[in-house]
Amino acid sequence: MTPSKTSQARLQIDQVHHDNESPLSIHDMTVAYHRKPVLWDIDYAAPQGKLVGIVGPNGAGKSTLIKACLDLVPRASGSVRIYGKRYKEQRSAVGYVPQRESVDWDFPASALDVVTMGRYGRIPWCIPPGKSDREAALHALNQTGMGDYANRQISKLSGGQQQRVFLARALVQDARVYFMDEPFAGVDAATESAIVTLLRELRERGRTVLVVHHDLQSVPEYFDEVLLLNMRIVAAGPTSAVFTEENLQKTYGGRLTLLSEAAEAIARNG
Amino acid sequence: MRSPARTFSTVLMGILMLGIFVAASTPAFGQDGTSSPRTITDTRFVWPSWDSIVRVALMRDHNTRIVVLGTTLLGLAAGLVGTFAYLRRRALMGDALSHATLPGVALAFLITGEKNLPFLLIGATVTGILGVLAVLAIRQSSRIREDAAIGIVLSVLFGAGMALMSVIQSTSNGNAAGLDQFIYGKAASMIRSDARMIGITALVVVVGTVLLFKEFRIVCFDQDFATSMGRNATVVDLFMMGFVVLTTVIGLQAVGLILIVAMLIIPAAAARFWTDDLKMMTVVAGGIGALSGWLGASISALLPKMPTGAIIVLTAGALFIFSMTFAVRRGILAGAVRRIRLRRRIALQHLLRAMAEIEERTGQPTSVDSNELLTMRSWVKSDLRKLTSRAAGAGLIDKKSWSELKLTQLGRTHAQRILRNHRLWETYLIEHADIAPSHVDRDADEIEHVLSERLIRELEATLEAGKDIPPSPHESMPEFAGAKP
Amino acid sequence: MTEWIWSIDGWIVAAGAFAAMACALPGTFLVLRKMSLMGDAISHAVLPGLAIAFLITHSRGVLPMFVGAVIVGVLTAVGTQVITRYGKVESGAAMGVVFSIFFALGLVLIRQAADHVDLDPGCVLYGNLSQIPLDSLDGSIPPAVINVGLALLLNITFVGLLYKELKICAFDPQLATTVGINANVMHYLLMIVVAITTVASFEAVGSILVIAMLIVPPAAARLLSDRLGTTLILAVTIAATSAVLGHLSALRGPKWIGLDSSVSIETAAMIAVMTGVIFTLTLLVAPKYGLIGRWYQRLGLALQIVREDMLGILYRWFEHRPDEHILKDDLLKAVGRGILARFALGSLKRRQAIEYVGGEGIRLSDSGKDAATKLVRDHRLWEGYMATHFDLPLDHLHEPAERVEHYISEDLSELLKQEMGDLGEDPHGRKIPE
Repeated sequence: MTPSKTSQARLQIDQVHHDNESPLSIHDMTVAYHRKPVLWDIDYAAPQGKLVGIVGPNGAGKSTLIKACLDLVPRASGSVRIYGKRYKEQRSAVGYVPQRESVDWDFPASALDVVTMGRYGRIPWCIPPGKSDREAALHALNQTGMGDYANRQISKLSGGQQQRVFLARALVQDARVYFMDEPFAGVDAATESAIVTLLRELRERGRTVLVVHHDLQSVPEYFDEVLLLNMRIVAAGPTSAVFTEENLQKTYGGRLTLLSEAAEAIARNG
Repeated sequence: MRSPARTFSTVLMGILMLGIFVAASTPAFGQDGTSSPRTITDTRFVWPSWDSIVRVALMRDHNTRIVVLGTTLLGLAAGLVGTFAYLRRRALMGDALSHATLPGVALAFLITGEKNLPFLLIGATVTGILGVLAVLAIRQSSRIREDAAIGIVLSVLFGAGMALMSVIQSTSNGNAAGLDQFIYGKAASMIRSDARMIGITALVVVVGTVLLFKEFRIVCFDQDFATSMGRNATVVDLFMMGFVVLTTVIGLQAVGLILIVAMLIIPAAAARFWTDDLKMMTVVAGGIGALSGWLGASISALLPKMPTGAIIVLTAGALFIFSMTFAVRRGILAGAVRRIRLRRRIALQHLLRAMAEIEERTGQPTSVDSNELLTMRSWVKSDLRKLTSRAAGAGLIDKKSWSELKLTQLGRTHAQRILRNHRLWETYLIEHADIAPSHVDRDADEIEHVLSERLIRELEATLEAGKDIPPSPHESMPEFAGAKP
Repeated sequence: MTEWIWSIDGWIVAAGAFAAMACALPGTFLVLRKMSLMGDAISHAVLPGLAIAFLITHSRGVLPMFVGAVIVGVLTAVGTQVITRYGKVESGAAMGVVFSIFFALGLVLIRQAADHVDLDPGCVLYGNLSQIPLDSLDGSIPPAVINVGLALLLNITFVGLLYKELKICAFDPQLATTVGINANVMHYLLMIVVAITTVASFEAVGSILVIAMLIVPPAAARLLSDRLGTTLILAVTIAATSAVLGHLSALRGPKWIGLDSSVSIETAAMIAVMTGVIFTLTLLVAPKYGLIGRWYQRLGLALQIVREDMLGILYRWFEHRPDEHILKDDLLKAVGRGILARFALGSLKRRQAIEYVGGEGIRLSDSGKDAATKLVRDHRLWEGYMATHFDLPLDHLHEPAERVEHYISEDLSELLKQEMGDLGEDPHGRKIPE
């Protein structure tokens, strides 16, 4: 859609703009589903060692942002760097917690099986996971308070427990930067506080965690940084500075209808 | 869990090696071994003699041996690869694939002009893959959904195959006979080289499945996560569908293209009833597939006029129905038994709790009248009678008559623990879950019966409860005291 | 046998067309309800029903056949539901389990019954279409034609009477339940109708090809229309057309591809192939959902974008140098040259939006000026909108605006204007034209 004359210019910008120290640096990223833009020109650099909340209304593109960073959905334009390198070269530095509803929990697997999957990234093709992998998985299960349920079939776990299993799976990835897609959705209070404790532990250990989050009330308590998103980045920065009434109004208010209408128009005609 | 994995692969390899060894060591193909003195018009159903049963079971006939081995190995491979196709929800894709092989078989025959099995199967593979690609292309490029896309490809390509077959039948004189065995399958026509080919393909599929087990598992469970870790789902799918294609193609001759999809779906679906572990499921599915192949081929060798493919599928179907009904883990009967047991346990706990509450009120071991119990809960009289008898049988209460029930020492211990759990849970709900006290009793009723020891301990810790029974939250709130007698 | 003889080919086409049309009606609802494969399943599964009816009555009577089919049709639907619900098996796989077991059972039974009745597995697959006229040597209507004709009538009545109910169930079964239509009953009715149609069409086109009739014409019709009524009519028309074309190609096909006339092709198979051909053509050329149409649309849009870019460039040029013209070569270079640019230039000339000055100079005409003004206005309004609502550096404004400007409709433009009030200038400090 962009005239080709800009592509060369953009290539040069690529090399200049990315912050090599930042756990996640997004430059000029646009993402479209079926040619309908859902994210426009995202520019963002996450600070090192912080808990970052990604906040915005439904359909704002929060999950898409994460998926586009992990190459799970194609980007129409722009580039993403994890500690200065492409995602492809930095897989071992990245941990991912998908939405709980994205998988079939009736799958024949135990909690331990699922957590062990977190180690698959470092095991070559065709080699089965070994003892050390299972020990790491058990350790992660214990960390999330799920040690007693290691051998339980995953469909027999409660929603909160399933979420903890997903978190444990991310823990065994032992990544430097984590992407979590609504880990707090539909969990009980005990799990919520367990997750928060875990997130803080990760921060203590110098990890960066980006969390898609729905509950506005808990944002100031849980996150050091917020990224207010509604198809574009409305505001980003330290929670105390950015998480203001005015910015929220901008993010959630009805004044952005034009943006989605323009997206609709592009989808219709493109 | 490494050792089960090793056992798993060792067992599979063993079966395969055995199969290939026997297939390879059988002497050259002789004449049709199943000689039947019966005429075609004879419709009586004759039970096979014991002798012939033994002969088939021990595979003394050379021909039977080949057919049975071939179908067994086929069933094994189909069960293994079918497990993943089933979990990946690609099962019916196999149906489009198998129907799409027909034009390939016909074209291969038209081009080569002879019935050379490898060539025919190569043709089948090519159009089969084209069929799968067509399904994907239709789904991707239009508003037609996957189910309709499968139906379109399956029926149109099959129609094209039938048209080509009719051309072949009217042009070539005689040497095309038997091409239609690919539609319904004709295991009896299998010769040694066919069995060997099936064996080798099955080996490829089994080894591939064992090697790629980890990749198949993660892509089936969580495609996005797999991709995020660098397991390209498309590449893994390519292997998976490749194995499905291989299995389908070698199954054409034995089971036929209409029914081969059953060999992919049924063993996997049946295996799921028995286990919650993917490795076990794969082994069980392979076993059920192999068993259906073996039994089906043996039965059709014994009974005249029984199409092998159909019998194999019916055997698999019988195993499926058996699994669905009787499987310990997820079977219907086991589920029903579990539900009944739970209901009984809950009823018993209700009874004990009610009696404990009465004793709490009177402050001493009391003889309880069943009629009083009837006022406390919506029990049906006959149910309560059965319930009290059962409790008496378990030594929990002394039942002298309808109106004289008394907790035994054992019963009292249980009853007090139950009452305590109930109260703990009620209190927790009110204090921590923000539920109106009037709703608490019902919620507590449902959950307290499934509380584990660990949860109880957590409850105790949260509520800082002592070892005694906490007071009922209802009684401490006068406005609700009337709500519950 | 390559000449068309009405007393023979007429009946064949009639049987084929009636069967195809009868299938297309319930098939449309199967496709809409994403249950296409239920048609697949039922047409496989009626086999044992037929075989049992034969075995019991020792005849090919119509009534027992239908009773057998209805029972099996319902059993398939129930079996699938039971396995899905109680066995926790995914519905597609459950369907596969049920129909393959039934089909295998049917095969075994047919082998047993084969000596009593004239029914063999081959005729199950592709029917007996070419034999149908043999029944009308005395001039009467062949019974097979009557059967499929009756099925067609039944289906027309079914769809006609329950149009509203079928429509709402296809759209939203839960909504149907809330307005007092039992979606479950409708589901089973549809299954029974499919089963009856399948059985009636069996003789004409065979079991597997029934699936083509059930699914392919409705799927093709789906690509052509968004309205249920039109879709039904189109599906039926496509079905009838493929029957005619199918028989014609079976008759003349060997001659066309240079085979001698002794070669015969199965008509039923060719009908299925023809539905596929029609579907493929539709997929390519359907106006709204066809691939070529969409490619063409996209090409047109790409052309429009280049055209509008040119207008924008011309406008900005004349904003600063109202008296100079721009060189054709420069203009082409500015939008990246290429064949699209030349096309766009030609199209602008044809619309008289630009005028040539001298040989190579270009300037905007009056009408071109109007169009360019609107364009630049929208662009600058959008930039203004972005700047007010998002925290963006100035150098990041132009590109997104350029991306959007081509899609801004009159309404959206009006909204933008309201939203932005009287801005007067864009964020770069340039005037927003009126």
